[in-house]
Amino acid sequence: MSDGVWDPDEAANRRVHAFNKKLDRAVLAPAGKGYVTIVPAPVVHGVSNFSDNLSLPGTVVNNLLQLDLGGALTNTARFAFNTVVGVGGVFDPAGLIGLHEKDTDFGQTLAVWGAPEGSYLELPVLGPSTQRAATGKVVDLVTNPLSYALPDPEKYYGTGASVLSKLGDRGNYGDALDDLYYNSADSYAAARSVYMQNRRFNVGAADGGYDDPYADPYGSSDNDPYIADQLDPYEALSNE
Amino acid sequence: MSKFSRRMFAQTAFAALGMTAFAAPQAAWALNDAQAKALVDKTVAEINRVISSGQSLGRMISDFERIFTRYADVNIIARSTLGPDSRRASASQMRAFTTAFRGYVARKYGKRFNEFVGGVITVQGVRKVKSYHEVVTMVKLKGEAPFDVKFLVSDKSGKDLFFDMIIEGISLRLTERTEIGSMLDRRRGDIDGLIEDLKKSG
Repeated sequence: MSDGVWDPDEAANRRVHAFNKKLDRAVLAPAGKGYVTIVPAPVVHGVSNFSDNLSLPGTVVNNLLQLDLGGALTNTARFAFNTVVGVGGVFDPAGLIGLHEKDTDFGQTLAVWGAPEGSYLELPVLGPSTQRAATGKVVDLVTNPLSYALPDPEKYYGTGASVLSKLGDRGNYGDALDDLYYNSADSYAAARSVYMQNRRFNVGAADGGYDDPYADPYGSSDNDPYIADQLDPYEALSNE
Repeated sequence: MSKFSRRMFAQTAFAALGMTAFAAPQAAWALNDAQAKALVDKTVAEINRVISSGQSLGRMISDFERIFTRYADVNIIARSTLGPDSRRASASQMRAFTTAFRGYVARKYGKRFNEFVGGVITVQGVRKVKSYHEVVTMVKLKGEAPFDVKFLVSDKSGKDLFFDMIIEGISLRLTERTEIGSMLDRRRGDIDGLIEDLKKSG
């Protein structure tokens, strides 16, 4: 256990991480930055809105599976409003009136149903995940109602828009990722820590409060008896 | 045996000092929701002012360091990110580490302030958790769904100060604990080396 994350496959995960980092450096980061430089910002934004809108029916399915009726209603209203008034979801008039997405996915549905988080996983291309979240991703791929409702060429527009939307995010909001990937002492540990904190927050598992650093000014909440034994400052003094 | 008793003495003496240092302010100060909220209101007002000032990045970073020094308990944040290794750090190492850590945080997070330009932070509410208070704020950036930023406030230092900032579940303190741990590993546990690296990072 490190940072309260169960990571029994750390060695394999680190190899995937090294691959993801190379892929980002060689392809995703330059492609993302190029995309947002060449394509005008309103278009980038429109593609991203379009992609988000197409993912909403799948989100509503998960809202319902979690018995989150409020979330389902909000997302349905948002989908209807943006599809009609926002020209197929290219614009986001719903956001202007405060109707924001209540985002969720099947991994979170599994969590609500009581499935354990499983171990930490770094997936090729997709990045940090857990066994539960990765299972959810696979299910989400096949349960988006739009992939059945739309005819053949149109249903791939969503996939294309989703890829472009990810590229746009890499280009526009990449500073955080740059910092994490290229300025961390150990980018694997940094990505794992940030992902797990955010994931647990979204799943709603992180509401039990944080550790209290004042409880013991020496930070015994993460006390490692071996470290404490080996490195006693007073011991060191008396040996001098 | 003599070594053992000397250690005991030093620990007891330190504990006694700690008792007076910590107990006295605790009796005088009883942090309540309103005070915790007031601290975050002031912090947020200053941050909002920096975001909307339109000044250079360098100025924003130094402003952020000033805000961080004034409203955050930098000592306990620094100590907590060093974790159990803070036990073996000397007093002068802790001072040097804390100063280096403060500058590092200001540079690392201050340079991201431009992402917040045009945004507004509003305080939503406050609740008591364990011995501290959690102040929930909402950050609204242009054209984005609002997101949740929490400040954890305590008066255990003798003053009302925040000791963590949590953006969408991501705690600055816990994230930096991982990072500082990795930096220390890279230096094979050498705290002076870590301090030198920290001065150049962020």
